[in-house]
Amino acid sequence: MLSLLVSFPLVVALGLLAVPRLPDPTARWVWVVSEAVVVLAVAGLWAAYDPDTSGLAFEEQVPWIPGIGSSYHLGVDGLSLPLLALTAVIFAAGAVYALREQQRPRVHAALFLFLQTTCLGLFVAQDLIVFFVFFDLSIVAMYFAIAGWGHGDAARSALKFFLYTFLGSLVLLLGFIGLYVAADPHTFDMVELSAATPLADRPVAGGLVLTAILVGLAVKTPTVPFHTWLPPAHTDASAVGSAVLAAVLLKMGTYGFVRIAMPMLPEAWRAFAWAIIAVGVVSVVYGALVALAQTDVKRMIAYTSVNHMGYVVVAVGAAGLVAADDPQARAVAVSGAITQMVSHGLITGALFLLAGVLYDRAGSYDLASFGGLAAPAPQLATAFALGAFASLGLPGFSGFIAEFQVFTGSIAVAPITAVALVGILVTAALFLNAFQRLFTGPTQGHSTGFTDLRRSELWSVGPLLALTIAIGLLPRPLLEVVEPAARTVVELVGR
Amino acid sequence: MTAELALWALVVLPGVVGASLCLTGHRSQRIAAPVSVLTAAAGLALAAVVGAAGPAVEVAFVAGASFGLAVDALSGLVVVTVAAVTLLVLVFAAGDVADGQARFHGLMLLFLAAVLVTATATTLVTLLLAWEVMGAMSYALIGFDWRQRGKPEAGANAFLTTRTADLGLYVAAGAALAGGAGLALADLPAASTGWRHAIAAGVLVAALGKAAQLPFSLWLSRAMEGPSPVSALLHSAAMVAMGGYLLLRTHDLLAATGWAAQAAAWAGALTALLLGAVAVAQRDLKQLLAASTSAQLGFVVLAAGLGAVSAGAAHFAAHAATKALLFLIAGAWLSALGTKQLSALRGAARRWPLVGVTAGVGALALAGVAPLALWATKDEVLAVALEQSPALYVVGLAAAGLSAAYAGKVLLLVWARLPADTEAGYDDKAGFDVEQAGTRRVGWLKQLSLVVLAAGAAVLGALALPPLREPLRGALDDTGSATSTPVELLASAVLALAVLAATAVLLRRRRLPRPAWLAGWLGLGTATQTLVIRPVWWLARALARFDDRVVDRAVEATATRTVDAARRLGDADVRGVDGLVEAVARRTRALGDLARRPQTGQLHEYYVQTVAVLALGAVLLIALG
Repeated sequence: MLSLLVSFPLVVALGLLAVPRLPDPTARWVWVVSEAVVVLAVAGLWAAYDPDTSGLAFEEQVPWIPGIGSSYHLGVDGLSLPLLALTAVIFAAGAVYALREQQRPRVHAALFLFLQTTCLGLFVAQDLIVFFVFFDLSIVAMYFAIAGWGHGDAARSALKFFLYTFLGSLVLLLGFIGLYVAADPHTFDMVELSAATPLADRPVAGGLVLTAILVGLAVKTPTVPFHTWLPPAHTDASAVGSAVLAAVLLKMGTYGFVRIAMPMLPEAWRAFAWAIIAVGVVSVVYGALVALAQTDVKRMIAYTSVNHMGYVVVAVGAAGLVAADDPQARAVAVSGAITQMVSHGLITGALFLLAGVLYDRAGSYDLASFGGLAAPAPQLATAFALGAFASLGLPGFSGFIAEFQVFTGSIAVAPITAVALVGILVTAALFLNAFQRLFTGPTQGHSTGFTDLRRSELWSVGPLLALTIAIGLLPRPLLEVVEPAARTVVELVGR
Repeated sequence: MTAELALWALVVLPGVVGASLCLTGHRSQRIAAPVSVLTAAAGLALAAVVGAAGPAVEVAFVAGASFGLAVDALSGLVVVTVAAVTLLVLVFAAGDVADGQARFHGLMLLFLAAVLVTATATTLVTLLLAWEVMGAMSYALIGFDWRQRGKPEAGANAFLTTRTADLGLYVAAGAALAGGAGLALADLPAASTGWRHAIAAGVLVAALGKAAQLPFSLWLSRAMEGPSPVSALLHSAAMVAMGGYLLLRTHDLLAATGWAAQAAAWAGALTALLLGAVAVAQRDLKQLLAASTSAQLGFVVLAAGLGAVSAGAAHFAAHAATKALLFLIAGAWLSALGTKQLSALRGAARRWPLVGVTAGVGALALAGVAPLALWATKDEVLAVALEQSPALYVVGLAAAGLSAAYAGKVLLLVWARLPADTEAGYDDKAGFDVEQAGTRRVGWLKQLSLVVLAAGAAVLGALALPPLREPLRGALDDTGSATSTPVELLASAVLALAVLAATAVLLRRRRLPRPAWLAGWLGLGTATQTLVIRPVWWLARALARFDDRVVDRAVEATATRTVDAARRLGDADVRGVDGLVEAVARRTRALGDLARRPQTGQLHEYYVQTVAVLALGAVLLIALG
């Protein structure tokens, strides 16, 4: 079942590539329909998933490279299922948005379908080599997405993105090899490594391996100071590319924290907990402040991603402070971290698609060159306002559910993390500032003659915002899946 | 319909209708006002039902805490008051035909839903949720006229100030989870001691921020940029008052943490005093009323700090009616005359008699003249203050005097007699139609709502007088605190009248003091700019420059250095390693050339070479042999 799900987009992609004379509208609609299939499939998985059973669901395991103990091992649990759903929804929104794609839509659709396969595969991977393969392939696919369909200095930004995150992935591979070597018997299987915790009695080796894994994942997340590839990549990518990069690819880093680092290296994680919290707090505050100073709306949203991922890092770091002896608080923090991954994906995906509308109409992201846009474009104004308030953590949206859990859990375990509350204040200031400069005041600059949201734009952004509000008001369906997984992670880290 | 269903309907109905109105936008422009008035009326009916029945509902939500609502005596009183004031404000606003009716009424209804959830919340997470939504609606409503520069910015100022204070609730939630008692509001006093201090501090800061107490008072001044119905509902009766409500709700927690109750009491008393003085110095009617709101809520906060819950609740209700009335009147005059400057409103009360009478009632009530609303309620609070701390009593009494002064200023100015020709004799600097074109009429819907509110302003003082006082105290579990004696009541009535008289005299002689530091709201604006806003922007820009020039450049430098190193390595490879290989080849070739030299083709030279080699061989044999 999972293999079918993962390979389906790839098959469609190959099909699209195999028919060079396919008319553009057909290609676009093929993509939309296949996304609908994926969304339905993931919905079916969700419905069939029972949160109370421990272990993996829909498991598949086939020997692959027995010489290095690597098998083709897939499975879902409460950590991966929300991210699978997020991937399906985001790519579907992208497909609907791309109904207006004029540049080589057939190849564009094929590329993104391939990218979707890598994302889905990563979130269901239960073997470190399988994980790594999908991790790197996603970087390759995103490179082509930025270089081929971006604007501005796309080639340079794509290269920077590729080299930086690829280097990070190599450091990550070093960490994986460290785990492999330390395990007895040598294996790359995630389930076995989590059960065995190979470096449990070797603090130095464990610390080194965890450092390698953390650096690799920190480049992807991204945390300060490894974040400088993100702003140019976002600014120069197309709307759909940015949305997918922010919503899905960044989650691969944070997913790695809870799937790989915490269960497999609990002792080292506990030792590093304060350092991780510090990195998280710095990312939160630094990301928010630098975002405040931006005049390019896409760059601003890119830096808010650094800020939002910082909350995740703070929460997972706080989960490692076992000395506080408060498993409930730590479970709340981890649950908040996972919720934040989903929430940030939905919200920032929507915001990047809306920023794409600005570029599509006016060719600019500059805050100063718009003004009073709410008059010609009230729907855009409403959508942006909803996205902005969701992103600043207003209750009624999923961001509040996530940030409330993160802060409640982290402050209960490590009161100093209250410093990170500055982040939600600065984020509020920057979003209100951006909203006001773009949409209020007299209509001037690029705002004159601005066409409001078209149907494909409305129908791509609308469902994302609706989901955000649904999770914000009725979080139980998501939390029923996430909370047991969070408790499991906290138990594993506490061993 | 069961009471639980009524409670759910109470919060869900305004929310759903409000959201629908907002999202359908201009398509529902015509039906927006009737729909919203009907919804508000339904809300009032439901509020009465739940107030009588006292239901409680709960649903699992997040972080082990539930989304819980419950109605007891305190929340019942608050809910009914707020619903009633909302209905009257919406009736008033329906009399204003303006752009964006659907958005306006939608946002007001969403706000109503948020306030009702705040007033009935039983857990910190429910409270925080509604609390922040109130703030967001306040932003949207202050900046309602978004085409005007300055209004959205004023809204942002208000939102960000209250959000800063709201961070206290996040801290309180974390501390509550750690303190072991859970996130239910009623259980907070039971948290372990150290954490309890954090919870109390967080709750106190958040409440002071929302109630525009010092040092957060400036945002209320900026909030006056919004339309008058917004000021009447959010910024007098509902949102700011929720700060006072929160402290009344958590007075047990404040009392359990000794210092918090003291801090709340003093914060309330000092705000009442200082903001009362600020109000006296204002020239703009709405600014005066804003300062007055902050000051009157100081009494509610003082009551909460002293543990006088019923006095605080009574003052809350009385103030809600009075202040909403006055703000709506200010709005009526603003749309009729195009100005809200007091000097231009001289004699305005005489132009529309009904409005003028209601203005008189409102001003007298605000001044604390017997037997109107705020007279008895204020005395209830002061009586408890006298019992617990004479210093607080003195400050409170002075604040009460100041409230008579600023209310008297309004009353006497708007009722001043004018020369026969009304347009002549006005100060040139502040005439009509300065802020918008006046319509010179006040519609009947507006007058209706004003009359009802004036009746409330007149009558609600009964909540603090013997017939209703004892049942209210019993319902609120507040039978232990002191009550005002008839002597005190008489004394304060006399004080109010005396201050009114003094104000009249000073006004006639144009000698009412107006120091610049009071007129400028205690310099809070400059302080915020210098201490908070400018440093944050400077830091943001500095960090952005650091990010571009240091962090990113380091990454780029690594890349360029790597390419350079690669180039040098490439050169070294070509010149060094490959050069070595080439050198070996050259030397070998040279050796080869050398080896060809003996091949001369001359036979005698071959004989010489043979002899030489044989001789060498013989020498070697002898040497090694």
